[in-house]
Amino acid sequence: MPAPIRLRELIRTIRTARTQAEEREMIQKECAAIRSSFREEDNTYRCRNVAKLLYMHMLGYPAHFGQLECLKLIASQKFTDKRIGYLGAMLLLDERQDVHLLMTNCIKNDLNHSTQYVQGLALCTLGCMGSSEMCRDLAGEVEKLLKTSNSYLRKKAALCAVHVIRKVPELMEMFLPATKNLLNEKNHGVLHTSVVLLTEMCERSPDMLAHFRKNEKLVPQLVRILKNLIMSGYSPEHDVSGISDPFLQVRILRLLRILGRNDDDSSEAMNDILAQVATNTETSKNVGNAILYETVLTIMDIKSESGLRVLAINILGRFLLNNDKNIRYVALTSLLKTVQTDHNAVQRHRSTIVDCLKDLDVSIKRRAMELSFALVNGNNIRGMMKELLYFLDSCEPEFKADCASGIFLAAEKYAPSKRWHIDTIMRVLTTAGSYVRDDAVPNLIQLITNSVEMHAYTVQRLYKAILGDYSQQPLVQVAAWCIGEYGDLLVSGQCEEEEPIQVTEDEVLDILESVLISNMSTSVTRGYALTAIMKLSTRFTCTVNRIKKVVSIYGSSIDVELQQRAVEYNALFKKYDHMRSALLERMPVMEKVTTNGPTEIVQTNGETEPAPLETKPPPSGPQPTSQANDLLDLLGGNDITPVIPTVPTSKPASAGGELLDLLGDINLTGAPAATPAPASVPQISQPPFLLDGLSSQPLFNDITTGIPSITAYSKNGLKIEFTFERSNTNPSVTVITIQASNSTELDMTDFVFQAAVPKTFQLQLLSPSSSIVPAFNTGTITQVIKVLNPQKQQLRMRIKLTYNHKGSAMQDLAEVNNFPPQSWQ
Amino acid sequence: MNGRNESCRVTEGGGGCFMEGRVGESEQIRFILIQNRAGKTRLAKWYMQFDDDEKQKLIEEVHAVVTVRDAKHTNFVEFRNFKIIYRRYAGLYFCICVDVNDNNLAYLEAIHNFVEVLNEYFHNVCELDLVFNFYKVYTVVDEMFLAGEIRETSQTKVLKQLLMLQSLE
Repeated sequence: MPAPIRLRELIRTIRTARTQAEEREMIQKECAAIRSSFREEDNTYRCRNVAKLLYMHMLGYPAHFGQLECLKLIASQKFTDKRIGYLGAMLLLDERQDVHLLMTNCIKNDLNHSTQYVQGLALCTLGCMGSSEMCRDLAGEVEKLLKTSNSYLRKKAALCAVHVIRKVPELMEMFLPATKNLLNEKNHGVLHTSVVLLTEMCERSPDMLAHFRKNEKLVPQLVRILKNLIMSGYSPEHDVSGISDPFLQVRILRLLRILGRNDDDSSEAMNDILAQVATNTETSKNVGNAILYETVLTIMDIKSESGLRVLAINILGRFLLNNDKNIRYVALTSLLKTVQTDHNAVQRHRSTIVDCLKDLDVSIKRRAMELSFALVNGNNIRGMMKELLYFLDSCEPEFKADCASGIFLAAEKYAPSKRWHIDTIMRVLTTAGSYVRDDAVPNLIQLITNSVEMHAYTVQRLYKAILGDYSQQPLVQVAAWCIGEYGDLLVSGQCEEEEPIQVTEDEVLDILESVLISNMSTSVTRGYALTAIMKLSTRFTCTVNRIKKVVSIYGSSIDVELQQRAVEYNALFKKYDHMRSALLERMPVMEKVTTNGPTEIVQTNGETEPAPLETKPPPSGPQPTSQANDLLDLLGGNDITPVIPTVPTSKPASAGGELLDLLGDINLTGAPAATPAPASVPQISQPPFLLDGLSSQPLFNDITTGIPSITAYSKNGLKIEFTFERSNTNPSVTVITIQASNSTELDMTDFVFQAAVPKTFQLQLLSPSSSIVPAFNTGTITQVIKVLNPQKQQLRMRIKLTYNHKGSAMQDLAEVNNFPPQSWQ
Repeated sequence: MNGRNESCRVTEGGGGCFMEGRVGESEQIRFILIQNRAGKTRLAKWYMQFDDDEKQKLIEEVHAVVTVRDAKHTNFVEFRNFKIIYRRYAGLYFCICVDVNDNNLAYLEAIHNFVEVLNEYFHNVCELDLVFNFYKVYTVVDEMFLAGEIRETSQTKVLKQLLMLQSLE
């Protein structure tokens, strides 16, 4: 069989291949030749064959069949064989092949070889890919080599030891005695690797760390070495751009960092040298900066004194001005880590950081953005926001979402004025509207509601914003909501902050309708628009018919969501017109509740009740849901779906669709949202007539008295009285005022009154005056119920009472049948 | 005080560990790659255990990430949960994959050191030299790096060793 081709030939041949297929063919041919050569157990050319195999492996072709051959090469006596063999072992074998264990013996022999280069090879291989078993077996040999005088071997042995420790941490103690003299070496290479070894040991085991700190007095030694390095001047062997052995310096600094962490004594001992390094190192080249960077990291991590920390941050600040973007990147990363602890020092470099927002490199921009957000505070908010908004305009899309959320957060925390806040948010919405996160819309709506004086200004600006372009969904949603709420302000041109614009009702409806029709609007946005149009029916005067038309068109929309809304609104126009204005009232000021709040407005249907936050949920099982007409079932005992009275928190109801209006503070007289019934006035027993002593707002001015009051419930010391009024304006409405009093000697707390009426009636429960019925009849809870009885049927009511008394929870059901005829006829 | 064995995520509201250590992860080099612009690997030295197909995937990913960057990008790329420090010399990318907390600038220097040694050893090295003498390149790597750490930084010393080894052939 002819001699196998040389490596060079093979490489040249393969490189002439013009296509992948051609290359593959050549390689397969050669592999076949190599395989047969291996089978013949040819010793002379084995080395050459394996080398070729390795080359092909590097190109990406499989070469497992060469693994055993590598072992044979390792076992050979020739140096060249061994070299290729070990290389092959490192490339082809790893821990997962069982074959590698066969190497152990070879390595062991080679570690004791006479030639240092063979020993070096063995150490190298062990250090790169030795498995835990191999390490365990051979650790002793490594340790022996660590103590030799041959510096070439000591270097390799030290790093090999590092690998052993990483694989088998328990063996760390074995190397401890050998480390005693490591730092006394003059040879930089050995010094370097020894420092690495010590670093590894200290990092892995706190005991070692403590040992080195106290017993070995490691810190003074390291400090001494470092000092020598800096002072000794020119040392040609390890010099890089005029700095002696920067790699060693960096490693020593890192070891110092680990030693000084959380330890006052060590930190103090290294303060001087750190300051010296920080001030004396040349910064013109990357090398110097590398050392400075490591120094900064060390200073920040140990318990250094504040002067040193300020020095470190100033170094970072100088880095930021450097032309080299690598250094700027590194500085920004470190500043980000320190901004929490050394906030003031970092603030000084704020302008430089803000400049980095304009850098070309994406990762620098991202870090600068994060750092900018961390630095925003009440003093610099205006300036910073200008920069950040400019950044938002010009940055890549992947940043826009984060930047927008960051801006919202910062604005929320530090806004100097409401108008500025709203302006900022509007700017974000118009520039990056489609990247804004979903929860920003409700938050924004809440913010707008709460700044009452800015309503006119806000709605005007929003209107102008969507006039031109209504493709950005969050912007359109907010605008639609606002126009729906404050459309009357828009049309009346009442803006104080800005030049008011002249808008007619039709124009407003035009824009809302185009949002509805547009293909770009999502289903959610359309829902917003439809609801807004509906709300305008109470605020606009001359376009009600148009609104009715629009609403009825969508009653047959394909989109189920829209269709349902439209149908319900239609019903509102037709059957419940009298309630329309009450339902579509202006939203009250919302409390800052994270889970509920404006999201209720966009509830998909009117079926779900606004979940009462503080009140107890209805004790009965099924949630009170059901269609508007399906009120209550008096017959089923537990099946009361009662009207839930709300405790005086200002909670928005779901707009439209829910005919049982549960807001305690909706005021039928149409006054702006009043605060809920003040709970502070305790009622002493008062005459059962309307006006006196009523804590809720005056309801009707037209009262007819003369209807006798009844005791609806009296048990266990709790008495509930009903007093009645009829309205002159609407003869089907009866207003019942209940008063609950407590004759026992302990207060009744968390008192909740619930009532249910037959299907033909409708009930509205306003908020109670308080939830505590004081003892000994010293006060009462007053609550107003309005009953609509269009069919003039006999009034019946079932009531449910829950309260806490004498430490236990009480609950009772009762039926009230003794209504006087004048109350419902 | 925790050693790096336990999770050292001490971020106690300012003033904790500046560098977070993770369980079991050491700060070392994971692998060294030399690739050309077309994606052919000229050297791949692995200091951690990976499957063959994982290795192949890593090589491809690194190539994809590194070749799109140009002069206006930094020399550091975040890659999975590691960091790649790379430098381009003519048509070759020298990449070192390290831990996130390592000193970028120092490794950049290490790359340059390594390239200078190659240059000396092969007398104005070019890509073909690396192709035809790939096993020698591995030797150079092994002289300068070991077990995922920088071993010898003095160029003169390394060159001396290499010449000795060569004479043994």
